[in-house]
Amino acid sequence: MDSELSPQDKKDLDKFIKFFALKTVQVIVQARLGEKICTRSSSSPTGSDWFNLGIKDIPEVTHEAKKALAGQLPGIGRSMCVEISLKTSEGDSMELETWCLEMNEKCDKDIKVSYTVYNRLSVLLKSLLAITRVTPAYKLSRKQGHDYVILYRIYFGEVQLSGLGEGFQTVRVGVVGTPIGTVTLSCAYRTNLAFMSNRQFERSAPIMGIIVDHFVDPPCSSQRPANMGQPCNYRAPDEEDGGQFAGVQDSQEVCNTSFSTSPPSQVLHTGKEGGVVLVPAQPPQGADTHLTVEHAPNTPGSSGEDDGLSQSGEGRRDDRRSVSPSDPVESLNAFTRKVGAFVNKPNTQMTIASLDLPFAAFAPRGLDTEENDPMVHPPESPPCLSPLQGSLHSEGSEGSGPQDDFVMVDFRPAFSKDDLLPMDLGTFYREFQNPPQLASLSLHISSQSMADDLDSLPEKLAVYEKNIDEFDAFVDMLQ
Amino acid sequence: MNCRSEVLEVTVEARQVEEAMLALLHTILLHRSTGKFHYKKEGTYSIGTVGTLDIDCDFIDFTFVRVSSEELDRMIRKAVSEFKEALSNSGSDGIGQISLEFYQKKKSRWPFSDECIPWEVWSIKVNVVNLANEQERQICREKVGEKLGEKVINVVEVINRHEYLPKMPTQSEVDNVFDTSLKDVQPYLYKITYQITDCLGTSVSTTMRRLIKDTLAL
Repeated sequence: MDSELSPQDKKDLDKFIKFFALKTVQVIVQARLGEKICTRSSSSPTGSDWFNLGIKDIPEVTHEAKKALAGQLPGIGRSMCVEISLKTSEGDSMELETWCLEMNEKCDKDIKVSYTVYNRLSVLLKSLLAITRVTPAYKLSRKQGHDYVILYRIYFGEVQLSGLGEGFQTVRVGVVGTPIGTVTLSCAYRTNLAFMSNRQFERSAPIMGIIVDHFVDPPCSSQRPANMGQPCNYRAPDEEDGGQFAGVQDSQEVCNTSFSTSPPSQVLHTGKEGGVVLVPAQPPQGADTHLTVEHAPNTPGSSGEDDGLSQSGEGRRDDRRSVSPSDPVESLNAFTRKVGAFVNKPNTQMTIASLDLPFAAFAPRGLDTEENDPMVHPPESPPCLSPLQGSLHSEGSEGSGPQDDFVMVDFRPAFSKDDLLPMDLGTFYREFQNPPQLASLSLHISSQSMADDLDSLPEKLAVYEKNIDEFDAFVDMLQ
Repeated sequence: MNCRSEVLEVTVEARQVEEAMLALLHTILLHRSTGKFHYKKEGTYSIGTVGTLDIDCDFIDFTFVRVSSEELDRMIRKAVSEFKEALSNSGSDGIGQISLEFYQKKKSRWPFSDECIPWEVWSIKVNVVNLANEQERQICREKVGEKLGEKVINVVEVINRHEYLPKMPTQSEVDNVFDTSLKDVQPYLYKITYQITDCLGTSVSTTMRRLIKDTLAL
């Protein structure tokens, strides 16, 4: 058979098949990175774009593919397979699809290698680009991040489809006949995602503590068992994982002034060597969170996310730092003052009536003096005691105003947490036990305003009557 | 020669028409575009690089790949939006069909003009439905996404049969086969036409033809 093929053609064909296999792997893995891919057209041929297509080469992926091929080429009985699987944050994994590049014995002797075969392989790669966006794993891969990641594994030899579960579907991407056999590219994908629907997507957002790179290993594959596969994301080989962790710590410190309302939804990507930036097209989590100055230091951080993203993230972090109190506890301690007998914890006694922010205790105070403190100078309010107030006061409160200086030792309202912020609920109670009277309800003031109103009424009526035409026109306009 | 003809049919909501058409037309054009040819003196040529771009649809749960060429995208969008306008002006029961035809030019001697000989025609039939509530719309988003996926698989299947393609032209003939007006890619010569059927099921053009014929018959 081969004698009919010229040595040059055979050499070319082998080269085409080898690079086709490598490009196939690149297309598949890049389609499962979780981001949109974009490459530019170029009218002048660069000579390095195989099959005249702009498909970038991720070095790690090429390395894995070459390793799997081990110098061989896909041939009859020797298929190259790319297995895509999903691994959850709990460690469960599931195969989603297997892409197979196979060769069968059907030969097309008359076909021109350097021209027709090459062009048809190019068309087949375009088809692969289109089909990789259509199988169910694509949507899953676009949503990977905190709950699960997508892994890939390349192997050579016999095709293994048993991990795809029952009822898997097959889609054929295309075939190209060559003088030494027919190249076939197909995909077998799982249809039974029941495991996913029960467990994965009903979970609420994870609490702080899960570091995004927890189950993403560095590119060095020796740390990973052979059957687990590589993650479908990319980081430049020179980045240390320490960088990731440092990012987490930073964000925790900064969390004094920021509050993340949702967990990070993307595994971190950083720019790769070739200058292609595989950064997710989402704003940094910090961009969406609204800055409120006062927060507890242990809020869920945008862990590690700020690192790889643009400069603006850095600038923002610096801004936050300058605004936040450096140490909330310090500001509390600076604020001790005498409140009354039996009081041993100043932080439980503080009443900050002027601020109604959550965690207001951490507010940078410094200016509050005894003069303004309602604890020392209670507001002028009628001494009406609600039953609630009565029950809260521990001693000596009947008939006396709620702002009694010598009561309320270790005030612990029901259901308040007994840790950092016991005063939160207590503060609330205090503040709203004695709201100031509404101005309009006080008889003196209200009667005065009523009288004023009545006096001005005839004048107002005169004005309205004068402008009656205008009003009518307005009403007509509305209709 | 015989012209290969393929028909795809989709049922979408009015707001999904544009994206569904773009997805299918761009998928076809991706396969029917090459890089720019650069002819060399010896009669050989080299080919430029075609970049690709993922596009997420806003109204459909679908992502498609198109050629990285803003010029080509503009031209396709223009045609699709004309089609969409015509479809929406025809009334809510409108059924329309947009056709992408690849052709070759055959030079004729004077005084006859060049012939355009189609070698592949893709027709996409569109049924527009109106949905009553948001829940139905959400289901429609997903269903149309799945359907478009099936259509992409159909397109790929047809293309990978590797049936007739025009021969690669010499430099003097290249404009008879390819559209060389774009600066970054080179699709085969194509044209996009459309046809709107009114709710009576007859196309507007056939009605006009009938009227004229009837008039002339008198």
